[in-house]
Formats: sequence, structure tokens, C-alpha cells
Amino acid sequence: MTMDMLAKSDLRPVRRRRGPAVGPGARLTLLSAASIAFALGLWFALAASGLLPKMLLPSPWDVAQALVKNIGVPFAGATLQQHLLASLGRFSAGFALAVAVGVPVGLMMGWFAPFRHAFAPFFETFRFIAPLAWVPFAALWFGTGIGGPILIVFSGAFAACVINTYRGARMTDERLIEACRTLGAGNWRLIVDVLLPSALPSIMAGIRVAAALGWQSLIGAELIVASSGVGYLIVQGQGSVETPIVMAGMATIGFVGLLIDLGLRQIDARIGRGWRAGA
Amino acid sequence: MAAASPLHRSLLGAPVIGGAAVVGFLIAWWVSAKSFDPMRIPQPGDVWDAAVQLATTGYAGGTLAQHTLQSIMLAFMGFAVAAGTALPIGLAMGMSRSAEAVFGPIVAFIRPIPPLAWIPLAIIWFGLGDGAKIFVIWFTAFVPTLINTFTGVRTVDPTIIAAARVHGAGPRRMLLDVILPGAAPLIFSGLRVSLQASWMALVAAELIGAFFGLGRVLMTAAQDIFPGMIVVAMAAVAVCGATMTWLLGVVERRCLPWLKVTP
Repeated sequence: MTMDMLAKSDLRPVRRRRGPAVGPGARLTLLSAASIAFALGLWFALAASGLLPKMLLPSPWDVAQALVKNIGVPFAGATLQQHLLASLGRFSAGFALAVAVGVPVGLMMGWFAPFRHAFAPFFETFRFIAPLAWVPFAALWFGTGIGGPILIVFSGAFAACVINTYRGARMTDERLIEACRTLGAGNWRLIVDVLLPSALPSIMAGIRVAAALGWQSLIGAELIVASSGVGYLIVQGQGSVETPIVMAGMATIGFVGLLIDLGLRQIDARIGRGWRAGA
Repeated sequence: MAAASPLHRSLLGAPVIGGAAVVGFLIAWWVSAKSFDPMRIPQPGDVWDAAVQLATTGYAGGTLAQHTLQSIMLAFMGFAVAAGTALPIGLAMGMSRSAEAVFGPIVAFIRPIPPLAWIPLAIIWFGLGDGAKIFVIWFTAFVPTLINTFTGVRTVDPTIIAAARVHGAGPRRMLLDVILPGAAPLIFSGLRVSLQASWMALVAAELIGAFFGLGRVLMTAAQDIFPGMIVVAMAAVAVCGATMTWLLGVVERRCLPWLKVTP
């Protein structure tokens, strides 16, 4: 979570060079373009050279073709969009559950000391269990049903929701709390009208991290136990050494992950705007 | 329930309440486990037996010590490779706009793909051995360290850099005495994220295919429907992960004695 908060921080130049005749901006853009072109060119050249078997390194073109073909022709029992829908369904359910439980738990931990003390030992223990280590129990408890993937997504996303909500709640301005107390607000009003709004930026940052972790955990779980989903698609591609399918699946997974984050960022911005307008 | 001001830490109650909660949980497990299907919820006795078996006679091809050692060694190797590549590139990107322009777009392309999605490709490329795991860990641990190093360098106070330059610091002294110490707190938080991610990725990779290691124990226990052993393996995963994070915290306090580190 640190990195995402940092990514937004303002980046100042370390030093200013006396630029060459070409504007420094143009030169840097050129460098970036050259870098991408070089990487792609290297990939194309390596694939075309025949140094590596096609089975190991298909060309970008093969990957694009596999992607397009998979939209029409099923692989591993379903087309790409069907696999994607299956994954997204599981993700949404597990993610919604993690947010719906994690945010209230984080608020409670921030507000009620006894609750915090009682919950912390479990939280600190479970935090260190890798989400995918739940896969065996997910399989034992739920078989191949929807419950297993939900458990995995939940275990991946829950901690980030709780920690960020808790930190946000603890950082609430004490004066606000005291003012509300003086004016006679009860616990419920304090949590809903003071802690929640003040923690909201932190909560939204946590939710974005949670979404990325949950999505990744789901893909990991689908690699192990599933009969559909994009994770299943790429592991089946690996089984039959269809490397273009594997790479096309990876690209899809990355792209959808980006879309999820973009959507959450949109929601975050909208909430922020509504807040300022209301205030 | 409503303490006078719940936001004030009442540390006195913490161990008592926490301890009571844990004991309560264990008793609840003990009492209720008998009424559940033992194939789904293990009884505390089963877990103990499994722990003894794993520690002494071994399970899934080795004892607890062997599996744990293998997993920890691999995680550290992958982490070392990732940190060893991400640190120099991150420093270069932070100190030079050109390096940023060269590496930035490539990182931006690779970053959205979840590291675990590399596992099938790693298996195609490197098989089920150690190479595939180190590759996956590298992809997992690379980005957090890189981004934090980059940001750390960029957020070093420009006044300090200017002062060092005015006093005639060369590139070497600039790097060692100004940039690195200035960026160190962020670099360490990047390393911490990377280390935790390495461990997670390793367990995942071992679950999907391995001959040895804690992930292998988990998977074998799942196939044998041996819930007691699953709990033992999960506990081992958690203990190792926590220990590693703790060790890095110790190193961090050693390296950055001037900072009050909040874990």
C-alpha cells in the first residue's frame, strides 16, 4: 500500500541539466519510444530468429492472433470472454465481501479499544498466511463451488481494507471527536459521521490495493483449483504448451486489472468531488 | 464499552483482552471441532499429531526442517535477485531523467500483470525446478523495490543535494553520502513489501508445482485430505513470513539508527 500512496506523491527533479538543442521533453519522449521499440523489436527478432523454439517464445503477432481467435473459438472449455466473466463474478463476490467486512472491522478497531485488543492477535497471525495457502481448505470446505474462490479473494483483500480503515480512523483529528462528544454525539454517530468521512481517503487507497491483491489471489487460485476462469485458461495453456494462449491470457488479466483500478479511481474521485461540494 | 476516550491507547488492557480472546478461540475450537466433520475441520489433537509427524518422520518427502529450509532459501534467493536488480535500476531512474525515460515505459507495461500470472509461463520456460520459482519471485519482488527506490531518490531534499554539490561532492560521494541515506527509509519500506510478496509468490508457485517445500506439503495434505497437516503447513508459512519481516525490521533499525521505525 505504501507504493501506491507514494506513486501519487509529487516527484521533483533531482537536478536540472543544461539541455541539448532539442527540447529535453522531446528527447525523453524519443528515448521512451526507442526503449519500447527496442524491447518489442528484440522480442520479434528473437522469435523470428529461431534461436528459441516457437513453443517457448511465440512472436507478439502469434499472441495477438491467439487472443483474437480465443474470442470466437473456445479453449479449455470456454471462450475468452466466458472465462473472463467467470473470473470477474468470483472476484466481485469475494471483493465485495472483503470490503463489507473489512471496513467496519477497521472502524471498530479504530474506535473501540477492547475490540482492537481482542481482534489484533488474530489479525496479526492471519496476515502472514499467504492467501493462496487457503486453497487446500477452500477445496475441502467448498469443493469446486463458488465459496472457495470467494474465500481466496477475501483472504487476499481483507487485510488491506482493515489496515487502511484502521489507520485512517486513528488519524482522525482528536478535536473533531471531542467537539462531537461535547455536542452529544453517540458512538454510532461518531463512527458514521466523523470517523468514516475522515478516514475515507485512506479507506479508498486501501480498497484499491485490496482490489489488486484480490484479483491476483483469484488468478493464483484458478491456477490450482478451477474449471473455468482466466487463471484456469492460462494454466491449461501451459499444460498443452500453447504459449500464445498463455501470453494472451496474461495480457487479458493485466488489462482487466488495470480497468478495475481505473474504475475504483473514478469512484474515489467522484466521492472526493461530492464531499467538497457538500462541505 | 464506551471508554472515556477510546482513541487514547489503553495499553494495560491489551495483553489481557488479547490473551483472553485467543484462549477463548482455542476453547471454542476444542469444544466445537468434535461436532464437525473431521475431514473438514481438524481437531486440535489431529493438528498436534500432524505437527509431530512432520517434525520427526516427515511428510511429502521431507521433514519440517527440510521443507522450511528449502522454501526459505528459495525465497531469499529470489528476493536477492530482485533487490539486486531493482535497486540499481531504481537509483538510476531516480538520478537520471534519461534512465527514467528508458526503463519507465517497460515497467509500466509489465506492472499491471499480477506476478502470479507469470507462473504458467515460468513453468513452460524453466520447468518445475528452482529456476521457475526464482523467476516468479523476481517478477513479484522487483516492482515494489524499484518504485520505492525511485520515489525515494526523487524525494531527497533538493537543498541538501545543492549543498553537497556546492561543497564539491563528486558523483560517488553524492550517491553514497547524500542520495542513498536520503532515500533509505523509502527503500526499506519497498524491500519490506518485496519480501512479503516474495514469500507469498513462493508459496503459490510451490502449490502449483514443486518437488519440495512448504507449498508442496500443503498440496500433498490437500490431496490426502489431511486437515491437521494443512493447518500445520499454514502455520509454518505464517511463522516464516512473520520471522522474515521481523528480521528485515532488525536490519532496518541497524542500518537507519537515526529513524524511529514504525513497523
